[in-house]
Amino acid sequence: MTKAMTGAKMVVQALVDQGVDVVFGYPGGAVLPIYDEIFQQNHIQHVLVRHEQGAVHAAEGYARSTGKLGVALVTSGPGATNAVTGLTDALLDSIPILVLTGQVPTFMIGSDAFQEADTVGITRPCTKHNWLVKDTDDLARTIHEACHVATAGRPGPVLVDIPKDVQFATGTYTTKQARKSHYSPQVKGDITSITDLVKAMETAKRPLFYTGGGVVNSGDAATQLLRELVAATNFPITSTLMGLGCYPASGDNWLGMLGMHGLYEANMAMHDCDLMINIGARFDDRITGVIEKFSPHSKKAHIDIDPSSINKVIQVDIPIVGDIAHVLEDLLKVWKSRGRKTNAEGVSKWWDQINTWRSIDCLKFTQTGKIIKPQYALSRLEELTKKYDRYITTEVGQHQMWAAQYLGFENPNRWMTSGGLGTMGYGTPASIGVQMAHRESLVINVAGEASWLMNMQEMGTAMQYKLPVKQFILNNERLGMVRQWQELLHGERYSSSWSESLPDFVKLAEAFGAKGIICSDPDDLDDAIMEMITYDGPVIFDCLVEKHENCFPMIPSGKAHNDMILGENADTANAIQGAGGALV
Amino acid sequence: MSALNIKKGSTSHSAYNLKAGYEDTVERHTLAILVENEPGTLARVIGLFAGRGYNIESLTVAETDHHGHLSRITIVTSGTPQVIEQIKAQLGRIVPVHKVNDLTVEGPSVERELALFKVAGKGDARIEAVRLADIFRANVVDSTLESFVFEVVGTSEKIDAFGELMRPLGLTEVVRTGIAALSRGT
Ligand SMILES: Cc1cc2nc3c(=O)[nH]c(=O)nc-3n(C[C@H](O)[C@H](O)[C@H](O)COP(=O)(O)OP(=O)(O)OC[C@H]3O[C@@H](n4cnc5c(N)ncnc54)[C@H](O)[C@@H]3O)c2cc1C
Ligand SMILES: Cc1ncc(C[n+]2csc(CCOP(=O)(O)OP(=O)(O)O)c2C)c(N)n1
Repeated sequence: MTKAMTGAKMVVQALVDQGVDVVFGYPGGAVLPIYDEIFQQNHIQHVLVRHEQGAVHAAEGYARSTGKLGVALVTSGPGATNAVTGLTDALLDSIPILVLTGQVPTFMIGSDAFQEADTVGITRPCTKHNWLVKDTDDLARTIHEACHVATAGRPGPVLVDIPKDVQFATGTYTTKQARKSHYSPQVKGDITSITDLVKAMETAKRPLFYTGGGVVNSGDAATQLLRELVAATNFPITSTLMGLGCYPASGDNWLGMLGMHGLYEANMAMHDCDLMINIGARFDDRITGVIEKFSPHSKKAHIDIDPSSINKVIQVDIPIVGDIAHVLEDLLKVWKSRGRKTNAEGVSKWWDQINTWRSIDCLKFTQTGKIIKPQYALSRLEELTKKYDRYITTEVGQHQMWAAQYLGFENPNRWMTSGGLGTMGYGTPASIGVQMAHRESLVINVAGEASWLMNMQEMGTAMQYKLPVKQFILNNERLGMVRQWQELLHGERYSSSWSESLPDFVKLAEAFGAKGIICSDPDDLDDAIMEMITYDGPVIFDCLVEKHENCFPMIPSGKAHNDMILGENADTANAIQGAGGALV
Repeated sequence: MSALNIKKGSTSHSAYNLKAGYEDTVERHTLAILVENEPGTLARVIGLFAGRGYNIESLTVAETDHHGHLSRITIVTSGTPQVIEQIKAQLGRIVPVHKVNDLTVEGPSVERELALFKVAGKGDARIEAVRLADIFRANVVDSTLESFVFEVVGTSEKIDAFGELMRPLGLTEVVRTGIAALSRGT
């Protein structure tokens, strides 16, 4: 069915057809026709953010917590450039979002018109794909194609740039079904390679599942199949920061997160395993450390939908290109049909070894005295909130790593964090996006005070839309992660890593009309957290914590997995040396 | 997708086995990339090479299928086998890229380049230039009393060689099209 309508109306119609119910945005001259259409309908709710970066992170939070597409709408020029950080963030973390930008009218493009920026040029390297639509007849088809590209294969951000005259003009609406595209990534894995992996699994003495964000991207079926596979084989499983929740933290085979700030047992298992089964992770440098020393004795299999992820960093023995849910389904079938074999004796010895590593209890800490340790704050938060229907977002820094270590995730899509880009300022807007999608759930942003200040204007959005997001700030009055590196690498010269002139967070909360809570005494912490949870509205929680606490375990850059700095009393002076110093 | 071609001698039989017996030698590969002819596609391809630090030794592009709205980009690049595999996989990710063919590994192929050489000179040098041009089957496409423009078609090596010979004879300007390449047979 084709219909004539204006470009602006088409935008709304196409979003409705795509099942979009929320758009995060900020108006301006070049998108006014679209805003006018939004005003005259009731299908899509528009959330007015306070900064375009916030719109994009909110869309990311919405997308990651629902598995659906997130949508943001911004104006030309500064609106578009403000969206760049969010686009890059979504690209690195494989988050499906659609950003619609207004553009100056087609006849003015290239004339340095008011609020003109070469948006497709600027965002080409930070989107999965982008389009400039010059003809209203192409608009609906392009938006449908954009939604398809964002969500198909390895998900990612897409952008459609729409000149103002294209919004005003009338054209023919193309339905979602009429879209034709050559873009259809391969989802089924090669059965010979899958069989090779099954054979390796049958004999491995020290197997390990190394899972990542790809499992979340693949969806609920992937999570279910992964859990079935782990239960059936009894192999241990670890995950990257991005894959937390796919296997439940309370599960028997869970080793915890791996990587630079991962758990001792997880990293030791990575180093010593003889079969590494990478499921939707991308051998990020936070995981591998020095390539030459990375898991030297293992056979490596890698399941990934993006051929470029395979052999990019680590050469693997069994590459399988395909969607995780599809591949795991076939893998289980083949494994079952071949008699459900594993090397049970070997695996049982492997568990003995792992259990001795576990007994080191690398996350232990002692809360003594009158100053709250950040680890303690998060342990209490975990204890007091785990029975809730809970979603966690984070900012970037030490608090983010502690949150990954001390909070347990039982399901995917419950943990929203900026992993690849490490964007300070992600957490607050992301929490808003999450809360929009899950109005009745408990949404907490675990923040550092420095990161939190980067997008704190979004408290206004939380107030306006009555989104009861909880901003749990671990306030160490330091750019803690930076300070930690200066301690380890730069002779304790704390160059610009002090958070000075901080606002009074309680008053700040009140200024926004939210609730402010401050807590500095470990004895008051439980009550304060309960007050935060039970308050019906947005809260800013200023949790004053130990200022110079370091985040451990840590694999110093330039070191191998079995060369970790462990917790308390660690010797940190000059822990990073030589070539490692050049790494980030 | 062609970006995933198996290298000879790989151990597994999967079509997606990207692993070859990698050594660290730098190889030169000619890639034929079939792309949708839409604005910005060339910028995407070039941006990929620039952004990820890959080399472009030669680049040619033109629409080859007007009906199908397709263009063909021929790129000569160099890198270790692992880098070449990455380049192909990264190209394959670009949405308007339909197909990536590595002409260097996918059986025999032919490569041609066209170049124009302007040679200025008088007397013996001028005569020698024409004589050499004849040996190289170069055409004279323009001549004045003091200069010639020669057109040479052939492999890049042939064009390099012709240039070397013309240099002492008064070579003043060169323009090359970059490589066009096709696989042989059907
Ligand atoms: C301060 C800081 C410290 C950090 N420390 C750590 C750390 O200690 N440990 C850690 O793990 N991370 C850490 N990170 C995060 C790290 O930088 C990376 O973001 C993260 O490790 C990448 O996770 P991933 O490998 O799961 O890949 P993702 O970025 O989630 O990529 C997913 C992969 O799965 C593939 N994929 C997507 N969809 C599918 C599908 N449907 N089917 C199959 N495959 C699919 C993609 O192609 C991609 O290769 C840290 C980040 C910060 C900011
Ligand atoms: C936008 C941005 N700028 C700079 C950095 C570098 N950086 C990483 S962590 C960090 C400090 C974060 O401090 P805070 O939010 O207080 O968290 P803490 O580490 O103290 O828990 C900085 C500056 C970054 N990741 N993002």
